[in-house]
This record gives sequence, C-alpha cells and structure tokens, in this order.
Amino acid sequence: MDAPTPDARAMPTITYGPPIAMLAEVTHRCPLSCPYCSNPIELTKRDGELPTEVWVDVFRQAAELGVLQMHLSGGEPASRRDLEDLVTACREYDLYSNLITSGIGLTEKRLAGLQERGLDHVQLSLQGVDAEMADLIGGYKGGYSRKMDVGKWTTALDLPLTLNAVVHEKNIDRLPEMIDLAVTIGARRLEVATVQFHGWADKNRAALMPTREQAKLCGQRVAEARERLKGTLVIDYVPADHHADYPKPCMGGWGSTGLNVVPDGRVMPCHAAHTIPHLVFDNVKERPLAEIWEHSSAFNAYRGFDWMQEPCRSCDRKTRDFGGCRCQAMAMAGDAAATDPVCIKSPLHAKMQAMAQADAQSDGELTYRVMPK
Amino acid sequence: MIPENDIPRLLSGCRTKYDKVRGNWVLLAPERAIKLDDIGAAILAETDGVRSLGGILDVLAEKYNAPRDQISGDVVKFLESLRDRRMLEVS
Ligand code: SF4
Ligand code: SF4
Repeated sequence: MDAPTPDARAMPTITYGPPIAMLAEVTHRCPLSCPYCSNPIELTKRDGELPTEVWVDVFRQAAELGVLQMHLSGGEPASRRDLEDLVTACREYDLYSNLITSGIGLTEKRLAGLQERGLDHVQLSLQGVDAEMADLIGGYKGGYSRKMDVGKWTTALDLPLTLNAVVHEKNIDRLPEMIDLAVTIGARRLEVATVQFHGWADKNRAALMPTREQAKLCGQRVAEARERLKGTLVIDYVPADHHADYPKPCMGGWGSTGLNVVPDGRVMPCHAAHTIPHLVFDNVKERPLAEIWEHSSAFNAYRGFDWMQEPCRSCDRKTRDFGGCRCQAMAMAGDAAATDPVCIKSPLHAKMQAMAQADAQSDGELTYRVMPK
Repeated sequence: MIPENDIPRLLSGCRTKYDKVRGNWVLLAPERAIKLDDIGAAILAETDGVRSLGGILDVLAEKYNAPRDQISGDVVKFLESLRDRRMLEVS
C-alpha cells in the first residue's frame, strides 16, 4: 500500500487515520499445506467460520470506516462456496476486491463468474517453477498444473494478475525462472517475498532459511530484472531481514493502515498478531468494526511510539521502521515491545544472526501445515 | 515520451474512486491505493480510453484556463509514471 506515513517526529503521538486495507481470512481450509503458511498453528475449523451474512456486513462496515481494498484470503478463499456472494458484496460497497488464491477450487467458468460480479484482481501464489518443486512445497499433487491453468485463464479474461512467490532456501536460486514465468503468463506484477518465520514457518527454520549469499544474489537479481522489465512487469520485493542490519518497517506502523479479520471473526492488527499471546482480540460478532479499530486493546498496544523501549525510544529511525516487527520481537526476545532482534542495535542481534546462520547451513524435514480433525 | 496522437487508457483492474471518508480521489490498482491530488484526478477524469493525449491536453488547457505547453510536461510525466507501474497503457 502506498499509505502516507505521518511524520511522527513532528507530533507528540502518532495520529492514525482510517484503515486503507482489510485482509479477510474467510477460511482456514486449504487444499495445500505449505510449510510456511502464516495461519496460526491452531486453525479454525469450518464450523467456526463466520457465515456469509456476517462477512457481508463486515464489508459494509469496513467500507464506511474508510477501507478501500478488500483482500479475500485464507486458507483458500475458493474453498468457500459463497465466494461469489462475498465478491458481489465488495462491489456493492465499492471496495476494490483482490482474490488471494492458490488457484485450487477455481475453474475457468468460476473465474469468469467472479469477474462478472466485479472481482478486480487475482493474486496467485507460486510455490515453485516446476511441478516437482511446487507440489513438494505445496504438498498437493497436481497443484502446479492447475495453477498454471488458472494463471492463463485470468490473463485471458483480462483480469489483472499478480504472481506471489514466497522464496526460501529451496527455491530462491530459481528466481530468474520465476520472473520468466511471470512474463510468459502475462502477469503484471510479481511479488517476491522472502519467507517470514511466523506461524508454521517457525517450525521449518532449518529447512527454509536462505543463506546470506542466496539472499544477496536474490536482491541483485530483483534489481536487474526491475530495470530490464520496466513497463512490462512490476516486481515487489520483501528481502530476507535475518541477514540485514535494520528491520523491515511494520506495515506503516502497527494499527495504522490495515486490519485483518480471521475466519472466526476476531480482528487483528496483522496476519501474525496471533503469535503474541497476551493480546486480546475483539470479535466482529460482538463489537462494531469502527469501535474495534479505535478502541481494541490489541490495536492500541503498539500504536504510536509511547510503548517503545530503548534503544528504539531514542532512535531517530523509529519513524521509519517503527522498531521493526512486534511478532519477531516476541518470538526471539520473548517481549513484543522489545527492539526487533534483526536490528543491529538490539542486544540480541548477534544471537539472532548466529541462529539464522545455523539454520541457513542446516537442512531439515519439512513440517507441513495440517488442519485439525 | 508519449506521442500526442496516442491514446492512454487505464488497464483493467485500475479505476478511480472518490474516497468519501478522506475527501479526495484515489486510483485503485492491484495492491495499490494512490491518493490523487486535484491535477492527477483531473487528468484521469479525461483519460477515457477514447481521447488522445493531444485531446486530453486540449480539454485540460481549456477547462483550467492554463497554457497547453505549460501543462503538457506534467501530464506526460504523470501518465508515464502510471505506465511504468503497469496501471496504464498507451496505444
Ligand atoms: S533501534 Fe529500534 S527504531 Fe532504531 S533502527 Fe533499531 S529497530 Fe529501528
Ligand atoms: S508485527 Fe511483524 S508481522 Fe505484523 S505487520 Fe508488523 S512487521 Fe508484519
């Protein structure tokens, strides 16, 4: 999102406007079982999911609150038979709808139907550049070939297509092929996101952590391809921060640009916020969305800068990176208000780098995401 | 550069909307919501996929009572930036 970042140095406390985007995780069900899925370890079962009419009402509230873009995600959103109704609701409330999908569960006819109902954009995940790699990572045989079909149908319908590739130790070296594939299939955008170790990925650090050299080469290749493909393919890149000196900014600041509603209706400031155990999340079944945005304790926990500790508190980079990732601080420092250990100023930085180095050198069995019975 | 006879057109999945909550126009595109200032909104209001660049410049010059060659640079720059970001096509 191109959200304007308020210059917080000029203000005593951060002022946050209305959210720009909402991620609607409409289901945790998914035919794939990617070992880096950001969904929580405790997945919500089908009978715990919000029904159609509640989602539709949440979309209405989101639009009134100021949300412009609705990302329909999961799990696999196409696993819901009412996906059509959800897209219709987005159009009705004039929300820009983005379908974040693995492609499984979509047919040419279903895609055309979704387009007719006003679907604006398709973001298709890419686990690898051939069936062997993609189906190994996705844990779903035949997934790759169906995905390629979905990509072709999407561009043939003149629906804009983004390919989203999560890169990690096992596939990061094949980035040039991913870029070629994106161009061949007619995608307008390619997202290259280095795996983030939240949720299931944390169980797979040894198998997935890229080496420093791999990460560096990936960055160079992205820079080269951006130049070469200007006007053909836009590439968004999330680098590996474990090998960096400073952390990535937390989406324009915690609770400042977006919100995430999970399948059972709880509202979170980010897709990984469930990894911070002391946060209490309000539910759309119990509280209006606008009230949650403004008053939820989970949203207010890390808004602005007052919660910060040293070295972040007195650091002039804080308005740029917001102290890094709260979830990463939680995972590594055991305190979500600590400085992200990725930062060179964190007392845990050396330990974090040694751990990343060790994980990068070692390999492990993949632990796949599984639904509870 | 965009020749004056060429016709700029927003690509599918890219559309403008008036954001009532914030009181400004936005360009909605894949994974992007771009706040438009008055000039950007005025340019896109005339970018209808029928008018050529030259036609757009004529309309803007007339409507805003501005010298055509003075606005032309900004208009082209704006359209080119959208083209580079795969939101607009010129044919
Ligand atoms: S000390 Fe905190 S604010 Fe400063 S660069 Fe590190 S993470 Fe960012
Ligand atoms: S807390 Fe971490 S995972 Fe959550 S939005 Fe911020 S950077 Fe991303």
